[in-house]
Amino acid sequence: MTERPDIATTPPSSAAPQRAAVVEVAGVSKVFAPRGQGAGRVEALVDIDLTVEAGEFVSLIGPSGCGKSTLLRIIGDLISPTTGAVTVNGKPAPRARLDRDYGMVFQAPVLFDWRTVQGNVELPLEVSRVSRAERAKRAADYLRLVELSDFAGHYPWQLSGGMQQRVAIARALAVDPAILLMDEPFGALDEMTRERMNLELLKVWERTETTIIFVTHSIAEAVFLSTRVVVMSPRPGRISAVVDIDLPRARTTETRELEAYFHLVTTVREALRGEERAGPGGDDEPPDPEARRVAAEGLSA
Amino acid sequence: MTAPVVAGGPIAASSLGIRAVRRARDWGPPIGLLVGMLTAWELVVRVFSIKQFILPSPIAIANAWVTYLPELYAAARYTFLEILAGLLIGATAGILVGTLTARYRFMQESLMPFAVAASSVPILAFAPIFNNWFGLDQQLSKAMVAAVLCFFPVMINTVRGLTTVDPRAIELFRSYATPEIAVFRKLRVPNALPYIFTSLRLAVTLATIGAVVGEYFAAPRSSLGQYIATYSAFLNFERSWAAIVFACIIGIGLYLVVVVLERLVMPWYGRQAAAG
Repeated sequence: MTERPDIATTPPSSAAPQRAAVVEVAGVSKVFAPRGQGAGRVEALVDIDLTVEAGEFVSLIGPSGCGKSTLLRIIGDLISPTTGAVTVNGKPAPRARLDRDYGMVFQAPVLFDWRTVQGNVELPLEVSRVSRAERAKRAADYLRLVELSDFAGHYPWQLSGGMQQRVAIARALAVDPAILLMDEPFGALDEMTRERMNLELLKVWERTETTIIFVTHSIAEAVFLSTRVVVMSPRPGRISAVVDIDLPRARTTETRELEAYFHLVTTVREALRGEERAGPGGDDEPPDPEARRVAAEGLSA
Repeated sequence: MTAPVVAGGPIAASSLGIRAVRRARDWGPPIGLLVGMLTAWELVVRVFSIKQFILPSPIAIANAWVTYLPELYAAARYTFLEILAGLLIGATAGILVGTLTARYRFMQESLMPFAVAASSVPILAFAPIFNNWFGLDQQLSKAMVAAVLCFFPVMINTVRGLTTVDPRAIELFRSYATPEIAVFRKLRVPNALPYIFTSLRLAVTLATIGAVVGEYFAAPRSSLGQYIATYSAFLNFERSWAAIVFACIIGIGLYLVVVVLERLVMPWYGRQAAAG
């Protein structure tokens, strides 16, 4: 568990297995300025650099208002950055979106009541003009992956919240995306369902070997799922620490009881709390870089 | 959406017998109420010896209905065509203009306030003028009154249905790089259907009112509106009532047609409301 500010655009350094960068975020800032000048201007993100490599599971964690969802949306080209650039698979994000490199899962499943479960999974394939037979095959494959084969003919409202979210995951995976962007996908679920969904998501991740960026505000969830946790802090939104999760890759229920797991949870928690101390929250008050440095060092010690 | 687990598969295997019983339980109360009201009406007329020109008894009305069935049927047929034509013209125009309005922001900004205002104007007041424009004894003039009455609610609901879309769904379609036409077909149209059908139910009633009232001002003798007006003038009220019954049958019949269409076009709707 080391704290290292990620530097994008630089070629991969001496890290052991050379993997291709799937996402490169370079110098991204986002300012929400309401029409008319002055008041209401919000610096949602400031100077974000982040590189995500193929097969990684990166969580973005931070308090409300730290811009983690905004960052995810910028990566997915749902909104554009004010400055900076996002590169996905070597292409600018808008190009990547047009090439349908993304799978997205939101907090709400956003399933369509007029389509069966299978119809919902086939939707993005229909949009990309995949043939009917191929659509049915892929929908069946991914429904099997999320263990909902028996419910292909059901309608979304006939499923529980957890099952609906699994359909949303199958739908996001159906296009075989280069990267899966998940915005608090289990935030609306109860704790029990959430833990089960975490395990299922890991299974899906292992089997598909996809790259995942996952927004959450649960520390436990972030540590349990990720290969790397990116800690963000608000006002202005920025990356304050990156914690490598060096737990064994195969995670099980027992992982949550490992000494190392507790240790990492504490590390992330302290990184979050350190930020609270550093930035006491006044909009006009510039964040104290010294305090941040101390907090960061404290956690890497 | 709150159902804990699988809330009943598509139509549980229920035997015909159970369904018949359930149907009887659904229909029993309203039918009982209707019969009760008619009986009370009949009794009130008899007990208080109310004159037929003030309130004819249900039996008298039924008698008139049977006696004058051929001419009533001819009048109803004439009026029904006006209603149907008005409904088709008004609803089609409403859906088309509504779709264009939803598509183009400038139309939304210019047309919507006008449409909302126009829908609260008493359009029926224009009926004599429409008669003047489209011909006193023409079916078209009454159909046009019906059409204009239908147009505004259908148009407004079409616009609302096409534009009141879950922003998260829009985001999802955006992430698939969906062409606008596909967003329209796969998201906006299914989203708008419940709105449009709600307005069509309303339109059926409005078209019936529009045609019948339009006929009060000018129409051939053999039309429901004129039939009602004429026999009211002759104090032959049971014949007016018999014609009103026909108008009700047309209105309710068309309403049921819309309900059946609704079930066919959006089988998910209603069932989803029941589960969620």
